[in-house]
Amino acid sequence: MANIERDEVSGTDTTGHEWDGIKELNTPLPNWWLWTFYATILFSIVYWILYPAWPTLSDYTKGVLGYSSRVNLTEDLEARDKARESWTKQFAALPIADIAKDRKLLEFAMAGGKVIFADNCAPCHGSQGSGAPGYPVLADDDWNWGGSLEEIETTIRFGIRSTHDDTRVSEMPVFSDDYLSPTQIAAVADHVLSLSGSGSASAAGAEVYAEECAACHGENGEGGRDFGAPRLTDGIWLYGGTKEALVAQIGNPKHGVMPHWEDRLSDVERKQAAIYVHSLGGGE
Amino acid sequence: MSEPIVEQHHIPESPGLYAKHQKVYPQEIGGYYRNLKWKVTAAIMAFYFLAPWIRWDRGEGQPDQAILVSMTLRRLYFFDIEIWPQEIYYLTGILVLAAVGLFLATSMAGRVWCGFTCWQTVWTDLFVWVETRLEGDRNKRMKFDKAPWTLDKLGRKTLKQIIWIVFSILTGAGWIFFFNDAPTAAMDMLTGQGTWGLYGFTLLFAGTTYLLAGFAREQVCIYMCPWPRFQGAMFDEHSLIVTYEAWRGEPRGKAKNKEAGNLGDCVDCNLCVNVCPTGVDIREGDQFQCIGCALCVDACNSIMTKLGRPGELITYDSVSNQMARERGDVPKKRLIRKRTVAYTLLLCAVLALMAYGLVNRSELEINVQRDRSPLFVQLSDGQIRNGYTFKLLNMVAEPQTFTLMVDELNGAKMTVIGVAPDPVDQVTLDVGPDTVATYRIFVRAPKESLSSQFKDMEFVLTNSATGQIIEYDSRFAGPDR
Repeated sequence: MANIERDEVSGTDTTGHEWDGIKELNTPLPNWWLWTFYATILFSIVYWILYPAWPTLSDYTKGVLGYSSRVNLTEDLEARDKARESWTKQFAALPIADIAKDRKLLEFAMAGGKVIFADNCAPCHGSQGSGAPGYPVLADDDWNWGGSLEEIETTIRFGIRSTHDDTRVSEMPVFSDDYLSPTQIAAVADHVLSLSGSGSASAAGAEVYAEECAACHGENGEGGRDFGAPRLTDGIWLYGGTKEALVAQIGNPKHGVMPHWEDRLSDVERKQAAIYVHSLGGGE
Repeated sequence: MSEPIVEQHHIPESPGLYAKHQKVYPQEIGGYYRNLKWKVTAAIMAFYFLAPWIRWDRGEGQPDQAILVSMTLRRLYFFDIEIWPQEIYYLTGILVLAAVGLFLATSMAGRVWCGFTCWQTVWTDLFVWVETRLEGDRNKRMKFDKAPWTLDKLGRKTLKQIIWIVFSILTGAGWIFFFNDAPTAAMDMLTGQGTWGLYGFTLLFAGTTYLLAGFAREQVCIYMCPWPRFQGAMFDEHSLIVTYEAWRGEPRGKAKNKEAGNLGDCVDCNLCVNVCPTGVDIREGDQFQCIGCALCVDACNSIMTKLGRPGELITYDSVSNQMARERGDVPKKRLIRKRTVAYTLLLCAVLALMAYGLVNRSELEINVQRDRSPLFVQLSDGQIRNGYTFKLLNMVAEPQTFTLMVDELNGAKMTVIGVAPDPVDQVTLDVGPDTVATYRIFVRAPKESLSSQFKDMEFVLTNSATGQIIEYDSRFAGPDR
């Protein structure tokens, strides 16, 4: 900066840069700006001392206040659990049927169950249990494994065909693969449809049904909850109620999997969820 | 190439949009209007600081504060009236009343609201009173501000700030007490157990009071408040406003010269300007800075009395009366005019509407939400079922019982979670005093009851005690066909 040039009009120094005769002024920062800038620097230094700030090779500087958002979260969760203790203690102590009978406890279960259901169940079963193909409707009164509070609680805890040792499990055999002929499968599909008032019954279909299906689904298609065999008389179908869908399901059955919630939800939370599911309309 | 044209830009001297604030030092003055102002101030202070402490028995488990706007309970209590959040239109009604009342008062008597009752005026008045006690009256105060800092000045200034701050905090807390149970909130704050909300809002309103009444003062009226800008629309020549009788005051001059020259009654003592809290000269006619406090009337009367001249040279009177006096006619008050009659009628109409609404206020409100997911459910016996969430809002302090039935849907049966697990034709629903009861209700009907995808139906509620019947229209959905 050998020769600083001063602009005549404004009296301000120029930067020495010139473009097509236009010279850039070296206007100083306004004081308020400058001091705000210094204040932010000061603030950052104070912040570094008080709060976690700098990473080190394996750790980070902790700050003298010992602040940690993770600790805050844990404390908040503990405070929440403590605030709910008067409820959760009763939930843990009482069997689920007694909880549902108490209006106050029922209200608490419904409020919590709604949130738990939305977080854990709704992605497959739909909001308010509206269901989807392959994912049972939880709002109707058709249950494969039972719709009492206790049965629902068990299903949530252990899952269906899940990785849990005590999981509910059942498997419908594959009937194609030369075991039944396509004609026989078509006939039994018709017969099954006739159980709920559509399709056409035939002697051949009835014969196959009695031999192959009745053991699990019952002689008259009333279903078997002990092994999760769906009722076939109600016109409610998990994988569709057309003849094609039935033929496909008999020939090469699909089996849905419901994970178990033993590890992910607490005993109290599972009770809340079961009561909520029970209240969706189908509870027995 | 031609020579480049060098233009000589002429930048005109800017008049400046920013006017530096000149501090106003109002002088103290006694008189009729000053007394009136103190009385109004006393009444306002008494209401503001005492009203939240009035107790009112509403029975077990209900707040016993007569005037309470409770955010936590979501209720507005005013003695025996209790307003629920969805009845907020009563607040709208009160605001409309306040607006029309303001218009009526202004068309009759000018800016009486501004001059006597507006909290900006009232609190500023009190803050200036404190300042005057500690720093002296106008002239003394002006000298005091210019004087170099001494221990005495520091002491007086500090004491003034402390009194201002304490009064501001009391004001802030006073506001909070309208929204919380006053004794509980006061105890909580005094013992350091208050919530951040209590402290925060108290400090917020304390801060605004301190700034607006201590420092901003007349600038609030002149620059911040929208009211002075459109007050002119409410005035006419019959509105009573603070006026100066120019016809007998002018030409003004010193009292000694009165006999010598042909001078008017005004002795140009400037006292009317000195006492003005906004620093205007009323002799220049009505202006938007004038808040109509009439202290200049007191000031001028005190001088006129001393000089033995007729009073009311500055007076609270209408423009038309001033003109009548100037002509020598008999002035007459005209309070009943088209404008005031219209405002009065409007005021009465809104009042009547609100009174009608309050008297006929329904004590029960029903909200029914039909489930949209799933829209309907097919049951294993082939019936169709819809889900509804029922909310019964009981706005009285006694429990109520209702019988619920479904009408206009053939073969309809209901199940209610926690109440009726098996399908029934009618069900009894309870709702506790002053609460909202929520019920999940499932209605089932044979498929044949639906002729199309949707069927209009209704819920019929019968009050078990009074037999009153309430019908609520809803719909029932089935499979698309």
